[in-house]
Amino acid sequence: MKCDRCPKVATFHITDIEKGKPTELHLCEECAQKFKYTSLSPQAPSAPAQEAGMSEGELEQLERLVCPTCKLGFREFRAQGRLGCADCYTAFRDELLPLLENIHGEVQHVGKAPRRAPQDSRRRQDLIRLRSEMKSAISEELYERAAEIRDQIQQLERELQGESQG
Amino acid sequence: MELNDLAQRRGEWLRGTGAESDIVLSSRIRLARNLVQFPFINRADDTVRAEIERTVRSQLTDVSLGGPRTYLEVDHLERLDRQFLVERQLISRELADSHGARAVYFTDEENVSLMVNEEDHLRMQVFHSGFDLDACWQQISRLDDQLEDCLPFSYSQELGYLTACPTNAGTGIRVSVLLHLPGLVMTGEVKKVFTALQKINLAVRGLYGEGTQAMGDFYQISNQITLGKAEEKLIRSIKDVVPNIIAYERRVRKALVEENRAAIHDKIARAYGTLRSAQAISSQETMDLLSSVRMGVNLGFIDDLPLATVNELFLQIQPAHLQKLRKTVLDSGDRNAARAAYLRRRLTDASSASDTTLG
Ligand SMILES: [Zn+2]
Ligand SMILES: [Zn+2]
Repeated sequence: MKCDRCPKVATFHITDIEKGKPTELHLCEECAQKFKYTSLSPQAPSAPAQEAGMSEGELEQLERLVCPTCKLGFREFRAQGRLGCADCYTAFRDELLPLLENIHGEVQHVGKAPRRAPQDSRRRQDLIRLRSEMKSAISEELYERAAEIRDQIQQLERELQGESQG
Repeated sequence: MELNDLAQRRGEWLRGTGAESDIVLSSRIRLARNLVQFPFINRADDTVRAEIERTVRSQLTDVSLGGPRTYLEVDHLERLDRQFLVERQLISRELADSHGARAVYFTDEENVSLMVNEEDHLRMQVFHSGFDLDACWQQISRLDDQLEDCLPFSYSQELGYLTACPTNAGTGIRVSVLLHLPGLVMTGEVKKVFTALQKINLAVRGLYGEGTQAMGDFYQISNQITLGKAEEKLIRSIKDVVPNIIAYERRVRKALVEENRAAIHDKIARAYGTLRSAQAISSQETMDLLSSVRMGVNLGFIDDLPLATVNELFLQIQPAHLQKLRKTVLDSGDRNAARAAYLRRRLTDASSASDTTLG
């Protein structure tokens, strides 16, 4: 693959966010070094320089990264610029933090928080997982199984709702 | 409220009152929120989207939006009606063009709107006429609290409110003001303003969120950063910079009048004349001429036209509004003729009405 900035071979692959949409850059070592010191995105000019360049091997690993809850691949995220569920933030944490730092210049929330304790995230994951299981049960015509799953979903929803009102 | 009744009304953001309303049309704050028990919209098929919409609708009956409200299932609306709501800023273009179950709530005053299944499950926004971000924040934060009482939101201690796009994570807040800057555009000074704003991480967009080529010299200034700074701090970053832009615009206008009084007066009078006599006119040309007229009213070159009427015309000459007012579907050529006829009537009425009151 050729470098985006010069005729040399690209060995660094960088994800940048522009206008809320991640874009990929392929750069040779020299251009990648330059890139680190000059911020490209006009959206966040004062933000620290990019996520470090990645080798082909690291990139391949990244391609296999999938959110266990909603099954979104990191590669899809990069193509669409949208995450699939709240747990993607955990699943892609290492990749997202440099991106967030580039956009916002910070990676720790300050400001408003829900007035009650954060919800049990495991139950939330269960809900999303159960929904996708129910869907496949229905498509496989396993209606009894689907009904069981539906009851579990309703039980979980009642619990979450109860907490939110309590 | 019937959608067709709205066409006759002005809506909060065009009311033309409030602080600095000669230059600041409106202030707006929006918050992005997602419900914990559902995947983001990106991974929500039509069944899940319908379920999200039902969940929000069932919980929202107890929530006060601060007045009587209208609820519309956007997926059941005609294209023209969706476009109409976009022009009024009650929904985004993204919500209009998306698919599956989606909805909008808004108050009769059109100062609060809540979109369901936009880029995030919930996008709420509060408008105030003129420069009044504090009022927007108080109102929207209260609404957010009420919603949170019945709808659990995705939130992490580290990254705050979790949103579909990482650019909104943290506070999920977008603070914006809509400015009318004809003087800065005319003198080319506006580019300096943009460069300065970008340096402090503020974004500039046109009226309907299109690129920087703004119609009618309207510009929206908003924050880019949403994570790592408290809402009040992000609001303050806009609040601190807007008075400088207002002062700059006023200074430029004053200089224009002092140095080129005759030329400026001529430009404004011609714009007014064209709008009152044209037989066919595009929305782009209308916006540009109305911009000169609006400045003419503010500078006192035009004294027979209320500012509120000019504000209203910016909206009513938009394609969907025009068709709503004419109660018929028009192609673009017919629209240009209908727009010209509408402008002739409104501008003649306005000036003769004020003649009588003065006379
Ligand atoms: Zn290179
Ligand atoms: Zn996910």
